Amino acid sequence: MNNIIVFPMVLPLITGVLLIFFTPYIKLQRGFTLFSLIINAIISFIMLQTIQMEGILTLHFGGWLPPFGISFVADSFATLLVLTTNIVSIFCVMYAFFTIGKEREKLYFYPFVLFLIAGVNGSFLTGDLFNLFVTFEVMLLASYALITLGGTKAQLRESIKYITINVVSSSLFLIAIAYLYGVLGTLNLAHLSERIQEVGQTPILTVISLVFLIVFSLKSGLLLYQWLPGSYSKPPTAIAALFGALLTKVGIYALFRTFTLLFYHEQQITHTIIGIMAALTLIGGSIGALAYTNIRQIVSYNVVITVGFILVGLAVMHTSAIEGAVFYMMHDMIVKALLFLLAGSMIYLTKSERMDEMSGLIRNYPALGWMFFIVVLSLTGIPPLSGFLGKVLLGQGAIAAGSYVLLGLSFASGFIVLYSLLRIFMSCFWGETIISEEEEIPLRKGVLFPMSLLVCCTFLLGLGSEAVAVYIVDAAETLMNPSIYIDAVLYNH
Amino acid sequence: METVIIILSGILVTIATYLLLSKNLIKVILGTAVLTHAVHLLIMAMGGFYGSSVPIIGENSEEYADALPQALILTSIVISFAVTAFFLVLAYQVYKRTKTTDLKQLRGFRHE
Repeated sequence: MNNIIVFPMVLPLITGVLLIFFTPYIKLQRGFTLFSLIINAIISFIMLQTIQMEGILTLHFGGWLPPFGISFVADSFATLLVLTTNIVSIFCVMYAFFTIGKEREKLYFYPFVLFLIAGVNGSFLTGDLFNLFVTFEVMLLASYALITLGGTKAQLRESIKYITINVVSSSLFLIAIAYLYGVLGTLNLAHLSERIQEVGQTPILTVISLVFLIVFSLKSGLLLYQWLPGSYSKPPTAIAALFGALLTKVGIYALFRTFTLLFYHEQQITHTIIGIMAALTLIGGSIGALAYTNIRQIVSYNVVITVGFILVGLAVMHTSAIEGAVFYMMHDMIVKALLFLLAGSMIYLTKSERMDEMSGLIRNYPALGWMFFIVVLSLTGIPPLSGFLGKVLLGQGAIAAGSYVLLGLSFASGFIVLYSLLRIFMSCFWGETIISEEEEIPLRKGVLFPMSLLVCCTFLLGLGSEAVAVYIVDAAETLMNPSIYIDAVLYNH
Repeated sequence: METVIIILSGILVTIATYLLLSKNLIKVILGTAVLTHAVHLLIMAMGGFYGSSVPIIGENSEEYADALPQALILTSIVISFAVTAFFLVLAYQVYKRTKTTDLKQLRGFRHE
C-alpha cells in the first residue's frame, strides 16, 4: 500500500476543478496549472525511485483487497510514462501561455488540459480493466473539449470524425470487457492474467484479445490511423502538441499492457497480427508523410510512423526490443511535442501551412531553424540525441528474434522520417528569404523558451541514457515476466 | 433469459450500425447512443441472469445476483450520457456555423 501513486491522477483533477471557479483570473490559472504539473513531475520521480527500492507500488482504494476493489499499480513502465507525460505537458502548457490567446484561456483551457493529464496518468496507473475504460473516457472527454475549443469551422468539422470514431471504439472496448468478464469473471488485470494462465489461452480468449487489439489500435492509431492526421492537424499548436505527444501513447501503453500481461500465450496468432499491423502502419504512415506539402499533415503522419515503430517492439516480444520500445516511447513523447510546437511556430510566423510558401526562414529565425534541425536528427536517431538508444535496442531485439522484415521496415521508415522532415527543413529554412525585416513577425522569447527546454530534454535523455537504463531494464523485466506484476498486486499487500 | 437479451443486443447493434453509416449527423449521434445501450445489455447478459434475487449475500436466499455488471453499466451509462450530451451540442454548433448536418458536405476540402 502506498498512497503516493494516487497523486498523479488526483492532483490535476482537483486543481482543474478548482480552476473552473477562477476563469477570469488568467495569471492565477497559469500559475496553478504549472505548479500542479511540476509537483506531479516531482512526485512521479519519487515514485520511480521508490519502485527501484521497494518493487512495484500498489494502492487498493478503500482497503478493498484485489480482486474485489479497484487498485492502482505503478510499475517502472507506467511511472516512466507518467513522468514523461508530466514533463512534456509542463512545456506544452508554457508554450500555450504565449500562443493560445486570451479567449481560449477564459474558455476553461487550463482545466481541460489538467483533466486530460489526469486521464492520461490514470490510464497509465490503473490496475483494473474497467477503470482503464473510465480513465480513457476522462481523457477522451477532455480531448473532445480541447479539440473543439475555440470552435473554428475546420476544428468543428474534424472533431466530428474524431469524436465519432472514439465513441464507437469505446463501445467496442466495453464489448470486449463484457466478453472477458463473461469468460473469466474478473476485471483486475493481475487476477485476469493469473486466471488466463490457469485455464490457458483458449480460442475464445484469443478472439477477445483481438477485439481488444482493434479497440486499442483505434485509440493508438495502429493501422486504423485514418482519423488521426485530420484531427491532429486542426487544433491550436499547444493542444496539437499535447495530443501528438500523449494520446496515441496511451493506446500504445494499453496494447503493451494487455499483450504482455494478459494475452501472451498465443503469440504466433496475436503478436503476428500486431506485427503485420505495425508493418502496414509503417508503410502507410511513410506514404502519408511523403505525400503532403502541408507541414501539419506531414508532422501528423510522423506520429503514425512512430506508432508502427514502437509496436514492432511489442510484435517482436524480446526483452531488448521491449526495452527499446519503452525508451523510444519516452523519447518520442518529448520529440513529438517539440516537433508539433516547432511546426506550429513556423505556421504562426509565416501564416501559411504549406511548405512551398515558406523559404529562407533560417535568416529570420536562426534559433528556430537550428532547433528544427536537432529534432530531425533526434527523430532519425543520431547518437548523442535520445532517439539513438531506443532504435539500437529495438533493432537488437528484432535481430535476436529473427524478424528481419519488421527490422528492415522499421529502419527504412527512419529514412522516410528523415527525408520528409529534411524536405520541410530545406524548403522552409534554406533558400531565399522572402520575409523582409519590416514584415517579420517577432518570435517571442516566451515561445522559444519551452521549445529550447524540450531540446535540452532530448539531449539529456540521450546523454543520460545510462542513468535511465536502470528503470527501463526494470520496466522491460516486469513486462516480460507477468508473475512479478501478479505477485505485487495479489500477494504482497 | 440471457439468450433473449443477447439477441436483443444484437438487433440493437444492427440498428446502430445502420444509423452510424448514414450521412445525417443527428442519425450518427443516435447511432452511437443506441450502440452504447446495446453494449450495456450485453454486459448485463454476460453477468448472468439470476431471476429475482438481489445482489446481497443474504441469510435467507441461496442465490445472489452479481453486483459488478450493474455497477459497470451504471458507470457506463453516466459516461455515455455525458458524451452524447457533448456530441449533440457539438452538432448544434456545427449546424450553426456551417448550416448543414450532412456529413458529405462536412468532409473538408484539400486547400483552404
